[in-house]
Amino acid sequence: MSERVTRAECCVVACAEAWRGDGEILASPMGIVPTIGARLAKLTFSPDLLLTDGEALLIGDVPAVGSGSQVTEGWLPYRRHLAMVAGGRRHVMMGASQLDRYGNQNISCVGDWAKPRRQLLGVRGAPINTLNNPTSYWVPRHSPRVFVERVDMVSGVGYDRAAAAEPVTTRFHEIRRVLTDLAVLDFATPDRSLRLCSVHPGVTVHQVREATGFPLTVPDEVPYTRMPSAEELRLIREVLDPKELRDREVRA
Amino acid sequence: MTADEVVARLETGMTIGIGGWGSRRKPMALIRALLRSDIADLTVVSYGGPDVGLLAAAGKIRKLIAAFVTLDSIPLEPHFRSARERGAFEMTELDEAMFMWGLTAAGHRLPFIPIRAGLGSDVMRVNPQLRTVRSPYGDGEELVAVPALRLDAALVHLNRADARGNGQYLGPDPYFDDLFCEAADQAYLSCERIVDSAELQAEHGPQTLLVSRAYINGVVEAPGGAHFTSCAPDYDRDEAFQRAYAQAATAPEEWRRFTEQFLSGDEDTYQAAVAAFAKEAT
Repeated sequence: MSERVTRAECCVVACAEAWRGDGEILASPMGIVPTIGARLAKLTFSPDLLLTDGEALLIGDVPAVGSGSQVTEGWLPYRRHLAMVAGGRRHVMMGASQLDRYGNQNISCVGDWAKPRRQLLGVRGAPINTLNNPTSYWVPRHSPRVFVERVDMVSGVGYDRAAAAEPVTTRFHEIRRVLTDLAVLDFATPDRSLRLCSVHPGVTVHQVREATGFPLTVPDEVPYTRMPSAEELRLIREVLDPKELRDREVRA
Repeated sequence: MTADEVVARLETGMTIGIGGWGSRRKPMALIRALLRSDIADLTVVSYGGPDVGLLAAAGKIRKLIAAFVTLDSIPLEPHFRSARERGAFEMTELDEAMFMWGLTAAGHRLPFIPIRAGLGSDVMRVNPQLRTVRSPYGDGEELVAVPALRLDAALVHLNRADARGNGQYLGPDPYFDDLFCEAADQAYLSCERIVDSAELQAEHGPQTLLVSRAYINGVVEAPGGAHFTSCAPDYDRDEAFQRAYAQAATAPEEWRRFTEQFLSGDEDTYQAAVAAFAKEAT
């Protein structure tokens, strides 16, 4: 096994950590690295997590990304998936085309909504996700284009917008963490705005600031994101992603 | 019925719900029949896939009600994108769950259903007609009152049906096809194969009977009727064809060629052209 840990492998572990302590809930990762991360969490410190095949089944095994599952432990068509969201038994890690300092996320469109400069997917389930189950975000390319002052169409609801709604409405609102190819961030600040938690090995704080389109809260001491253990590396390389699909999402 | 006979019952200006999800189990044979007709000015209600793309490309949509439009393995639907970027139609952009409860409300003849979604998001900004409602119980929670999505007509595609309109799905996910049918004044079901009622239960349990004939106004036998979307377990998505579709959407000239090759004739012509396409690819 190569001694050198890649950035993608570091990101996998950072994503996995988002589900630590989550217990018997559905891990809903979107993207390759978060998918490997959720599976790594299940194989190590969060063994009770539920996983899906990305279609309508809860899988009872932990296959490699891109490989079929052999064991089914449940049925989860879209309508039941939405019940798990509303019931809070899920922690989703979504993508974000734009994200602001309070965690408002946009996957709908860029520019004026009425006639967008660039139409994207649509809000999908982001509005219900963010008001009902813990939500984290995965940004494979940390850049000022993603981390913006103002998102063009609030799909996922951030802390300021949630606070503006009534407290009782947003009692299940939690944007837990933002994972990127450069760093781990969270909202553990007095005004619930984005804060740098750790930078991945080989990344500088300056680099993260430069790649973020708004002022970022940076603690005096910024640690490095923890490296995968030898066993975690083995699981990533041999069990979960032998075809190295993770390197397509995060290079370096 | 035939797909063309279904379309003959539809009218310009109608609100039409389309079953399936993304690029999965879309009633494409019925959509293709719609494309051959003069019907236009539609309000389309869909968990959007190439149904939306094709109708948008043909200029038949006045208004779209959706939470997303995607081809699944190709994340962004190219015709939907370009139509939106041109401002080609109005849109009501809802959250996925709001959409489901809107259909459910319509099926239950309720004016709305309260749900905890939408608040704080720009779904409220871009849909100023949306209202909230306060719980009359102790918690006093404010919720979004999702209005009923009543449909003039619904179009869905399932694996099997009997001639009376009892429809069976054999794939892993029912999507929301039953809700579309229940929300509609008239609903039309296409299927891979029409079988005797007795046969519907011969191999699969009653829980696979997704839609009841009580809601269905017509059944069309349309083998390959979901192509190029998936219709598991009968067939997977035709990825090569979908790639060709998306590629053709990138330039008007290419799209004209695609339309001539695949969409200028009837359904048999389409299926023959698809078979020729597949043969050429191998």
